[in-house]
Amino acid sequence: MIALSETTKIAFRALLVNKTRSALTMLGIVIGVMAVIMMFAIGAGANRQIAERFSSMGSNMIIVRPGASQGPGGVSGISSRNLTIEDAYAIGSECPAVAYAAPVSSGNAQVVYGNQNWSAPVTGTTPDYLFVRDWGLDSGHSFTEQDVRSAAKLAIIGKTVAENLFGNEDPVGKTIRVLRVPVVVVGVLGEMGESAFGRDEDNIILVPITTAQRRLFSTSRIGSVSSIMVKATGSGMLEAAQKQIEMLLEIRHRIRPGGEQDFSVRNMSQMIENAKSATRIMTLLLTAVASVSLLVGGIGIMNIMLVSVTERTREIGIRMALGARTVDIRLQFLVEAAALSMLGGFVGILLGITGSQVISRGFGWAVEISPFSVVLAFGFSALVGIFFGYFPAVKASMLNPIEALRYE
Amino acid sequence: MELLRADNLSKTYLMGDVNVQALSGVSFSVTRGEFISIMGASGSGKSTLMNILGCLDTPTDGKYILEGKDVSGLSRDELADIRKHRIGFVFQGFNLLPRMSALENVKMPLLYNEIPAHERDPRAMEALEMVGLGDRANHQPQQLSGGQQQRVAIARALVNGSSIILADEPTGNLDSEASRELMDLFSRLNSKLGRTIVQVTHEQDMAAYTGRIISFRDGRIVSDSGVERK
Repeated sequence: MIALSETTKIAFRALLVNKTRSALTMLGIVIGVMAVIMMFAIGAGANRQIAERFSSMGSNMIIVRPGASQGPGGVSGISSRNLTIEDAYAIGSECPAVAYAAPVSSGNAQVVYGNQNWSAPVTGTTPDYLFVRDWGLDSGHSFTEQDVRSAAKLAIIGKTVAENLFGNEDPVGKTIRVLRVPVVVVGVLGEMGESAFGRDEDNIILVPITTAQRRLFSTSRIGSVSSIMVKATGSGMLEAAQKQIEMLLEIRHRIRPGGEQDFSVRNMSQMIENAKSATRIMTLLLTAVASVSLLVGGIGIMNIMLVSVTERTREIGIRMALGARTVDIRLQFLVEAAALSMLGGFVGILLGITGSQVISRGFGWAVEISPFSVVLAFGFSALVGIFFGYFPAVKASMLNPIEALRYE
Repeated sequence: MELLRADNLSKTYLMGDVNVQALSGVSFSVTRGEFISIMGASGSGKSTLMNILGCLDTPTDGKYILEGKDVSGLSRDELADIRKHRIGFVFQGFNLLPRMSALENVKMPLLYNEIPAHERDPRAMEALEMVGLGDRANHQPQQLSGGQQQRVAIARALVNGSSIILADEPTGNLDSEASRELMDLFSRLNSKLGRTIVQVTHEQDMAAYTGRIISFRDGRIVSDSGVERK
C-alpha cells in the first residue's frame, strides 16, 4: 500500500481537474454543515438569552396561576375565577418567606395622546409589582395602595410607550386616553429590554388593578386575576415560599388535603427549564432538517464519485497495470470523497460562523458558537464522505484491469 | 537462461452463453534477452496471451512460470505485485495519463513500487533520457507527438527495472517513420541493455526487427521461428 500522503496528493490533483464539479459537489455538504452550525449557534444563544432575561425579570420570582397544573409542562386553560386580588394580598401578608406579592390582570389597549396613537398591553396590578420585578422608575412616582382602593385613573408607562406617545416631551403629569378613558401619567419606568419570550417589556402601561378591571376593561369577573407574581425573601427561600403559598391557597380555596389544586405555583428556575426545553426541541428539529441536507450532500458526493469512477475507468486500468493494488485504488477514491466532504465541512463551518454573526447583527438574535457543534459538524461531514465514498471506491478497485484498459 | 515458460496454457471465456476458447494448449519459453514478435489475425488469441504474460489475467488451465515462479493461480493483489516489479507495458494507445507531465507519467510505477520520493525524479529522468526525451520531461502528453508519447510509455515500462517489456501493437497508432524510430529504440534497448521484449504486431516490417516470430491462429501456435532454429 502506498503512503497516505501520496494518495492525498493524487486525490487533490484529481479534484482540481474538475474545479467546478468539485465545488458544486461540496456545496451540499457546505450548506448542511452551515445549517448545523447556525442551528446550534442560534439554539445555544437563545438558551443563554432566556436564562439572562428570566434572571432580569427579577430573581427569586414565583408565579401563581389559576387552573390546575398539568404535569411538568404547561398550565391548563384559565377555567375558573379562582385566583383573586385578595389571594395576592393574603400571600403578601401571611407567608413569611414571601417578600412581595402582586396580582396581575392584563389586557391590550389603544392609547392616545394628542394626535399620537399607540397600542400597548395594560397591566393592572398593585404597587408591589415594581418590587417583585425589581423595576425602578426613571421619573415621576408610582401609584399607591390608596389609588388601588379608589381605582384612581393613574398610570405608569414604559419607555417604549413614552417614546411613541410623547417623543421628547416629559410624560409625567400629562393625561393620556386609554380606551377613551382619561388617565394621568404619574411615572415612567426604567428600561427593561426584551422578555424571555422576545416581547418588548418596555411597551407596557401599569395601572391600579381596580382601575383596569372597573374602568378600562369591562371585566366580567371583577376581583379575579390572571396571575400573581411573588418575590421570595431570598433565593434560598424559593422552596419554602412555594410551600407556604400552596398551603395558604389550599386553605383559602377550601381544598381538602390531597385534593386537586385549582392553581399552580411555579418558580423561575422551573420556567427557565420549560423555556429551554422548548428551544431544545426546536433546535433538535432544525438540526434534524440540517442533517438531512448533509445526507443529501453525501448522496451527491456518491453520485459524483460514481460518475468519476466511470470517467476514469481507463486511468484506473493504467494504474492497475502499473502495479496499483486493490487498496491503493480504493484509498485513492475514498480519500477523494473524504477530501470533498471535509473541505465542504470546513467551508461550511466558516460560512456557518459568518452566517451566525450576520443573523446576530441583522435580527438582533443572540448566537453562541459552541466548539462542540464545530467538531460535530466537521466529524459528521468527514464520516459522510467516507460512508458515501466507500461504494464508488470499492467499485473502482474491483474493476477488471483488462476491461478498464480497453474502456473508451 | 529461461525467463518465462508457458506450459500448455488454455483460456476460455464465457461470452453470453457461449464458451469461447481463446487459447488452447499454448507452450513456449522465452530466454532472457530475447526480442520476440507475436503475429496473428485478430481473434487469434495473441491479446489473451499478452494479458496472461503481463499478469493482468490468469489462464483457465496450464502453467505460467515467470522467473521460476508459478504465477498462474495468484490473487489480484499478488498479480499486481508481480506487475509492478517485473513487467513493463507498452500499449497501442500509449495510455499515458493526461494533465500529467512526461516525467510524472514515468514516475508512476515507482510510486506503486514504494520507491522513496527523492529517488523517483532521478530514476524517471534517467529512463526518459534512455528513450531520448530528457528535454521533454515537463511536457504533457497532448504536447507531444504520437512517437514521443509512445517513447514516454516505453520509459515508463523501463523505469521499474522490469524483467520483460510487453508491447501490444506499439506501432499501431504511429506513422511509418515514427514506427521505424520506435523499432530502432526497441532494438537498441534489446541489444545494448539486454532488455527482453515481446511485442504483438500485424506488420511484417515490424516483426522483421525481432529475432523470433511466433505466429498464432485460433488460439494455437502455428509456427515459432525460435523453435525452428533450435
